[in-house]
Amino acid sequence: MTNKNGRFGIHGGQYIPETLMNAVIELEEAYNYYKNDPDFNRELEELLNEYGGRPSRLYYAEKMTKDLGGAKIYLKREDLNHTGAHKINNVLGQALLAKKMGKTRLIAETGAGQHGVATATAAALMGMECVVYMGEEDTKRQALNVYRMRLLGSQVIPVTTGTATLKDAVSEAMREWTSRMDDTHYCLGSVMGPHPFPTIVRDFQAVISKEIKAQMLEKEGRLPDAVIACVGGGSNAIGTFYNFIEDEEVALIGCEAAGRGIDTFETAATVNTGSIGIFHGMKSYFCQDKYGQIAPVYSISAGLDYPGIGPEHAHLHDIGRAQYVPVTDDEAVEAFEYLARTEGIIPAIESAHAVAHAMKLAPTMDKDKIIVITISGRGDKDCAAIARYRGEDIHE
Amino acid sequence: MSKIYQAFANKKAFIPFITCGDPNLETTKACVRAMAANGASLIELGIPFSDPTAEGSVIQGANIRALSNGITTDDVFTMVEELRADVTIPMVFMTYANVIFSYGPEAFMARCKAVGIDGVILPDLPYEEREEFLDVCSANDVDLISMIAPTSENRIAMIAREAKGFIYLVSSLGVTGTRSEITTDLGAIVKVIRENTDTPIGIGFGISTPEQAKKMAGLADAAIVGSAIIKLLEKHGKDAAKPIGAYVKTMADAVKE
Repeated sequence: MTNKNGRFGIHGGQYIPETLMNAVIELEEAYNYYKNDPDFNRELEELLNEYGGRPSRLYYAEKMTKDLGGAKIYLKREDLNHTGAHKINNVLGQALLAKKMGKTRLIAETGAGQHGVATATAAALMGMECVVYMGEEDTKRQALNVYRMRLLGSQVIPVTTGTATLKDAVSEAMREWTSRMDDTHYCLGSVMGPHPFPTIVRDFQAVISKEIKAQMLEKEGRLPDAVIACVGGGSNAIGTFYNFIEDEEVALIGCEAAGRGIDTFETAATVNTGSIGIFHGMKSYFCQDKYGQIAPVYSISAGLDYPGIGPEHAHLHDIGRAQYVPVTDDEAVEAFEYLARTEGIIPAIESAHAVAHAMKLAPTMDKDKIIVITISGRGDKDCAAIARYRGEDIHE
Repeated sequence: MSKIYQAFANKKAFIPFITCGDPNLETTKACVRAMAANGASLIELGIPFSDPTAEGSVIQGANIRALSNGITTDDVFTMVEELRADVTIPMVFMTYANVIFSYGPEAFMARCKAVGIDGVILPDLPYEEREEFLDVCSANDVDLISMIAPTSENRIAMIAREAKGFIYLVSSLGVTGTRSEITTDLGAIVKVIRENTDTPIGIGFGISTPEQAKKMAGLADAAIVGSAIIKLLEKHGKDAAKPIGAYVKTMADAVKE
């Protein structure tokens, strides 16, 4: 009786301790029930719209388009959501689901802090207790977000094990969940981990491509030629891709954090430099050595600084439906500054990876082609770090 | 018949765990010999993994120390081969799925058979994913050990019926590490397991004292101890074999009383 659920090609699965198995089975059953429940969906839609600020704008970046001189560029403005990133889409869904399941406490991992802030926000709104695990290194890089989470009533636990970054925060949140499942839901922030998380998170983020499609048909009367998003675990990317997977004429492009370059060890470009493995509950691509030891990855972006990628992305790569390109720190920082200067929009450094690739791609395309870039989050949180990258000594 | 059954033949068993290569493989070898000489019935050898998500801080530390010394899976196989010159009790590996997957499951299990490893325990390979390695395990006479947890409930019978070697019954929620008290109703879980299989049962997670070991082995067939041994390694480093041997004797005597 092998569970074939939760596989994307060979990827995915449920590689987790036995202790957690009934918890993920319970979650899957609850999700399968509520996803078809009209009341649940009405409640979630109201939360997303009235509280989260959806639908997010699809903005025609006219100056950028003219400056690059090629394809027409639209920006999907997830940065305008409440809490400043796409993470709220998934969190409102999972928090509502957890509440329906009778859970009173949320735990979460966070890298840049956006998912942690979103979870802390939902917990505050729904009157739930919240504990966020964050790599100690990231608590320093993203001190402002640590303060925001505490302000929202959450406890932030710095994780000191391993590389003290996102992967260690995931490990620690999983360990905590193993010790307390009866009242606690693990609100996983990306399309990763054991089944059913990659499916649940994808479904909650798919609102991004659902809106892009409708907005694009309204504005241009046709589908875009390419949609571009940054990929760490891959939640905003899968949200951006999902409703276009069947539309073969739409190119799906994920931008991985190459750090100092894919020919160096200081990279987090999983598809470009990794190999298939089993970690954090899933089979997928991971940065690892030949003995399967997970590599200490690096990126300027705390949100993309993860050694794996969601299993559905791994499958989209395997079948050639989506393309995963590396973008370096330097290129991302330039794109961060470019978008600020050109359109008056400061993107998250994560999203700047997608902007950077679009800057390379757009000039190679005809003017009647259309690109959509998902701006997954806003860049306020990154200003101090980018200033330091440019040699200015600014501290929050 | 599985060689692992020898460890349980008509007696209560004591199963110590050690992370290979912490602080070096010479120490591991000396400790394994000391364990075998002092009444261990079966030894669990941990192959270090960078991100051991089922381990508490003590065993995490051992994994990191071993890896920072450059210990590889191949080094561990070589060490077992040397130990098998004189250590005859059953030995199993405890590691994570990725260590085997990246080595190549066929190559890994073939080497297990060649060097004399009798089973593998993989805390991140639940029943639903066992087919990942089950066939190559069987083909090489390596028992894929099943784990049952306090939360397994309706899954106990299903897991027990297909269990090989011994069943690793997890005593408590959470990760590995010593606990002052174990509150799970293990008797009720053991009862359901016994109704479904004759495969022996070892209880692990949180056990450190002779009293706990005696009680757990009394409830089941064996007590498994890891973190308490790693703490001795942490304290005594390269000189840990003697205190670990003495500790194993106390625990094994308590279990077999």
